[in-house]
Amino acid sequence: MKEINQMTLVFEGRSVNESFARVTAAAFLAQLDPTLQEIAEIKTVVSEAVTNCIVHGYEDKPGAVRMKVQIFEGGRIRITVSDKGKGIPDIPQAMTPCFTTGNEDRAGMGFSIMQGFSDKIRVRSFPGRGTTVVMEKYIGGRKEKTDA
Amino acid sequence: MINYEVSERILTVTILGEIDHHTAIGLRTEIDGLVRKYSPLCLILDFSRVDFCDSSGIALVLGRYRLMKSLGGEVELIRLPENVSHIFDMADLKRLVKIG
Ligand SMILES: Nc1ncnc2c1ncn2[C@@H]1O[C@H](COP(=O)(O)OP(=O)(O)O)[C@@H](O)[C@H]1O
Ligand SMILES: [Mg+2]
Repeated sequence: MKEINQMTLVFEGRSVNESFARVTAAAFLAQLDPTLQEIAEIKTVVSEAVTNCIVHGYEDKPGAVRMKVQIFEGGRIRITVSDKGKGIPDIPQAMTPCFTTGNEDRAGMGFSIMQGFSDKIRVRSFPGRGTTVVMEKYIGGRKEKTDA
Repeated sequence: MINYEVSERILTVTILGEIDHHTAIGLRTEIDGLVRKYSPLCLILDFSRVDFCDSSGIALVLGRYRLMKSLGGEVELIRLPENVSHIFDMADLKRLVKIG
């Protein structure tokens, strides 16, 4: 896959930055002319990944969240979100629908949504050192559909 | 932010704007305050003015479902935009609450 554009954003893990991160990713990817549904999916997966860094990785303590967005030839994109927080001891368990170590405000559905809204997801984590989530997705855009 | 309306022990809450981890805590506090004040038999959540919702919205609904159940009432969700119903389907919320 040949990369044609990319951006990296590093920001403080504060909940107010969840909307900043998802809007920024969507704005960067606007160059692919995504459909409204594609935009909603991108914003949602970014929101899930970034929220996890803040809530679980750093447990609401200060820490940097890094988001990289890459565009490849043919409309493929890759979104990488990482923290240097506490890490995930058991990744398959963490990715099980409804599994959460959070409080009543968490549903344990973040990974399920990230999986559902991307074509491929990879999670790497080392307890005590942090977590990286990599998601790949194909963006068809609006062109094909408005051809007629 | 929310708007609300009460009539004959039906509390209808219209959620305005975005539902994520940042906004969900305030929404929960506001909605639960109204539930305690009016003791409705049915809590209707109107999503027509929600322009973003992630899994924090699922937890918001589940929590209000548990609260209303503990008070002997029920929850109904109405006017879901497509992106919201898509997410709620993933959690199979219609098992627990009426979606109209
Ligand atoms: N960045 C992270 N750092 C540490 N733990 C994480 C991270 N992301 C996810 N987890 C773990 O995986 C679980 C499931 O995550 P998720 O599916 O998003 O559900 P939720 O956030 O509602 O708990 C979390 O409860 C947490 O234990
Ligand atoms: Mg989560």
